[in-house]
Amino acid sequence: MITELLWLLIALPLASAVFLHFVGRRIGEPRAGYLATLAVGGSFALGLGAALPFFRGGAHGVTVTIWEWMPAIGASFEISWDPLSALMTLIITGVGALIHLYAVGYMHGEERFSRFFVYLNLFVASMLTLVLAGNFAMLFLGWELVGLCSFLLISFYWTRPSANAAGKKAFIVNRIGDLGFLVGLMLIFTSFSTLSYAGVFERASAVLSPGAATAISLLILVGAAGKSAQIPLYVWLPDAMEGPTPVSALIHAATMVTAGVYVIARCAVIFELSPIAGPVVATVGAATALWAATIALAQRDIKRVLAYSTISQLGYMFLAVGAAGHVAGVFHLMTHAFFKALLFLGAGSVIHGMDNEQDMEKMGGLRKAMPITAATMLVGTVAISGIPPLAGFWSKDEILGVAFARGGWFSLLWIVGLVTALVTAFYMTRQFVLVFLGQPRWDGEVHPHESPRTMTVPLLALAGLSLVGGLFNTPFRTALEHFLEPSFELVELAHPPAGLGMFVLLAGLSTMAGLAGVAAAFLAYNRPAELWARFEAAFGRLWGLWSRGYRVDDVYGATLVKPGLRLAEDAAFRFDLPVIDGAVNGIGRLVRAVAARSRGVQSGFVRSYGVLFAAGTIAVIAWMTLRGA
Amino acid sequence: MNLVVTPGWYMTLAAVLFALGALGILIRRNALVMFMCIELMLNAVNLTFVAAGRALGSLDGQLAVFFVLVVAAAEVVVGLAIIVAIFRRRQSASVDELSELAG
Repeated sequence: MITELLWLLIALPLASAVFLHFVGRRIGEPRAGYLATLAVGGSFALGLGAALPFFRGGAHGVTVTIWEWMPAIGASFEISWDPLSALMTLIITGVGALIHLYAVGYMHGEERFSRFFVYLNLFVASMLTLVLAGNFAMLFLGWELVGLCSFLLISFYWTRPSANAAGKKAFIVNRIGDLGFLVGLMLIFTSFSTLSYAGVFERASAVLSPGAATAISLLILVGAAGKSAQIPLYVWLPDAMEGPTPVSALIHAATMVTAGVYVIARCAVIFELSPIAGPVVATVGAATALWAATIALAQRDIKRVLAYSTISQLGYMFLAVGAAGHVAGVFHLMTHAFFKALLFLGAGSVIHGMDNEQDMEKMGGLRKAMPITAATMLVGTVAISGIPPLAGFWSKDEILGVAFARGGWFSLLWIVGLVTALVTAFYMTRQFVLVFLGQPRWDGEVHPHESPRTMTVPLLALAGLSLVGGLFNTPFRTALEHFLEPSFELVELAHPPAGLGMFVLLAGLSTMAGLAGVAAAFLAYNRPAELWARFEAAFGRLWGLWSRGYRVDDVYGATLVKPGLRLAEDAAFRFDLPVIDGAVNGIGRLVRAVAARSRGVQSGFVRSYGVLFAAGTIAVIAWMTLRGA
Repeated sequence: MNLVVTPGWYMTLAAVLFALGALGILIRRNALVMFMCIELMLNAVNLTFVAAGRALGSLDGQLAVFFVLVVAAAEVVVGLAIIVAIFRRRQSASVDELSELAG
């Protein structure tokens, strides 16, 4: 049976990582990269084979125990293979393999070429551990490993202080979320006395009170907000751009940030039991979506636009899973993986061709120099803008439909989502126009060129997926929903309003929002640079606020980071140094002082030792005699 | 007066011999003499062993004496070798001059 081979899904990339760690340097470029790609591709092929029963429909998930770890608390190394984890596996390994292939070209000539692939493979293996876990303990293991890998990759160029700072920032912000998540897991354990999915989800409705369900859900949300970069823990993601571009693509599309959405979808049963957890998640999502989208409007760095765009799109996914539209959320996760990986790799291709230039105002007119990149980026831009029939349209529309159908508070979130759709279309079109259309604005020394085949092939593949990826789940053919059904048996899913009329109305509205954004950006930016400034000036101080990300980093720096540093310094120099070190050194000094005084006894004269020895013996004998009498 | 030699006599003699040996260790500086004093103490102990064994009607005392003799012989071999080596080097066997190994 193929289920017995499921452990290979994780083992292949992990083995490749270990192998490359030891001999990667020896086998050299580009073979190390191809080996890493092959390992992830192998996982993808295996996952595809193992997922076949789910494609045929009707098959239920299985749990395969690899080895018992702590069976008493329901924590073993077990793989839960159901449609949800299968889909996640296919996204992670499929998109991941394309990114690996791309990285072979992108990292060409890099000194630590093979080291990079060690980390990439480890990242994929960690993420697979996370999604394939059959209990919360293993989930947490993967959860932490993903955080570690992101740290290693973001600060890959460790000689740059900014890269180090970004890596630390990602790690620390994630740790804040992880703490909430960990406390949530502890609550789960105290409520259920087990950590296994089966033991928790099936008994959840019987065991959990609404209050307990709310507490657990909100704590999981804290963790999810950290990993998936939601308000207020999103600040690490824009800085994560310090890593090489394939890392950004991997973090944003296949691994890491999707973890939060996945966990909420996985724990849907618990969220459902709480009256407020769902609305809270949806509100956080919608707020993040609009917040980050407006920041993306005013960014000049090609990768920062995409980073804020990812935060915004993750907000959509949170909106969906918060509104109990888990299929819609996972669907958007999938389509987003396609087009965001495409956009990042496209941006990487541009940066590569422009000799590491990232400022969009120094680009322009690149469509002639980089036709393949331009064409694929166009597909990605249209897809994320929500223009039918590309991927982003279907998934975003389903999310908005779900929010609309829930009514009440969610109607407000629906409007926020609609506005975000417009803003999204605007900033993505702005990016495309600035980079590829208009007149060249770069210096004479730069000679933009199309990227090598290893980079363009993944771009083309992802462009194809972005074109047709939305057709997995349309109102006319809900294939993905049927596919995922066994995973959400215990949950009541929310759906978009039924009927063709409603669909046309809602889809028409969101399409119009998208088209309006595209048109506005085109009009505003497809003209000489002097006129942009006037357009941007029309927004007044708001534009400056956007371009600095609402100055959230400054606020956090002043309110959290600075006091934190003060605390650390005080702990180090006022407590650790005088008290802890003082105690240890004091004991040392005491011993030395005693030794200095008693040293004289050891004179080296054998006969004085003899006297002491005899005196001691006599004393002992005298004492024994007197006592015995 | 009929003089009977009881074990107490032997013990007293052994104690006197032992005290002489210990005194010798403490007041003599020559390593060789100190060595002889050690032998004196060992033999004082041997005497108590034999006397006690005889008094208690047990062979254990004599057995212990053999062990002491063997160990003493081995100790003398090593000790004399060291003393000879030291004497060759410094033309003296005074232990007070050998205090350099003190910490």
